[in-house]
Amino acid sequence: MDAAGPSSDPGCDGMSGFIDYVTRHADDLLEATLEHLWLTGATLVLAIALAAIVTMVCLRSRRLGDAVVEVLGAIYSIPSLALFALLIPLTGLGFTSAVIVMVVYCQFMLVRNALEGIRGVDPDILEAAEGLGMSPRQVMIRVRLPLALPTIIAGVRLAAISTIGIATIAASINAGGLGLILFSGLRTLDVDKILAGTLCCMALALVVDALLKRLEALTSRGISLRELS
Amino acid sequence: MTPMQSILDYFASDGAEWLQMVAEHLQVSALALAIAVLVAVPAGILCSRSALADRLATGIAGVLRIVPSLAVLIICVPYLGVGTLPAVVALTVLAIPPILINTAVAFRNVPSEMIEAARGLGMSPTQMFWRIQVPLAFPVAFSGIRTASIEVIASASLAAYIGAGGLGVLIYTGIGAMRNDLLWIGGLSVAALSLLTSRLLAAADNLVRRRLHLA
Repeated sequence: MDAAGPSSDPGCDGMSGFIDYVTRHADDLLEATLEHLWLTGATLVLAIALAAIVTMVCLRSRRLGDAVVEVLGAIYSIPSLALFALLIPLTGLGFTSAVIVMVVYCQFMLVRNALEGIRGVDPDILEAAEGLGMSPRQVMIRVRLPLALPTIIAGVRLAAISTIGIATIAASINAGGLGLILFSGLRTLDVDKILAGTLCCMALALVVDALLKRLEALTSRGISLRELS
Repeated sequence: MTPMQSILDYFASDGAEWLQMVAEHLQVSALALAIAVLVAVPAGILCSRSALADRLATGIAGVLRIVPSLAVLIICVPYLGVGTLPAVVALTVLAIPPILINTAVAFRNVPSEMIEAARGLGMSPTQMFWRIQVPLAFPVAFSGIRTASIEVIASASLAAYIGAGGLGVLIYTGIGAMRNDLLWIGGLSVAALSLLTSRLLAAADNLVRRRLHLA
């Protein structure tokens, strides 16, 4: 600690202090970012698998689908800290509780978008596919799903961004990740640390979002080419 | 002691404390939301009229979308200290983007034929604004306020971490002391508060819409 400078002034070390912090703690930041990525990635993989099952069940009836989306929307509006709190008595502190809560959260965005995409396929196209003698299963796999894919991936993008944000809160229930950097910066009133943690989160969100956006573009282009041929 | 019993015990001995936390939670949220509405609604109307302001606002909102709300709360502390002030500032910052963007979209999407017709009827710009644009823009603008309210109530539970009180304190204490009763009470109270708020706002939305169609 610099004895000459007023250490209570958070802005005193400015840009150079921040760069200094990042270079000195690059290892810690990288480790926390990877932990955050692992938390987010595990959540997304499980959430997408669960959403696929839920969506398939919901496709059986329009009313069931609407009701499920409504319930998921209500759950989504419950603050994550509340769900964490309610789960701790059941599954304890740590990674498992965090992932369960975040998987549940993602369901709203994933299922809503998947249903919207699959239901929104142009009826003329479906009729044409049936006219070609496709079975309902073939129509689903070869026509409906590919056409709904951009909407589905848009849902995954929303879920990914929101999970990266919520995962910071997971640090408060010992699940690690970039939230640890934020909380530790809060304890020591270290602006550089808080800023570094925040920027790592933002960078992670940007990279994941850009990759998914790329995937979204690829899938919609793939379909338009197929439609042309 | 059964969980139910420990929860009842809590309310018997600390019921006043619980009410105090609910009040804190609502105060901080309402204050932040009120400031956000006062800032973001006029700014949104400005954005619907100026392409430059719109681009600026969309850019800022896009950046804010990827900043975790916890980070927004925590970053205020070194500058503003702990307590209500940093919490209100942070929650206001979080509430502004959805209100601003929805207001801008709502006012931009008022059909130009309606405005032409109003002008044809000899309405002054002020009359046109209040009688045509505001009612037509209301539903979309209000849905932004609803989104913001839910987010503010949720993030206000994190405000406990920066010393601003509220129901998050129960959860925070419950995690620290591993007291399941506090976790249950805190979790259920926060969940109930947010579900109640969203129901209430939906009802308000319906009410005003009906009024506007009657008028």
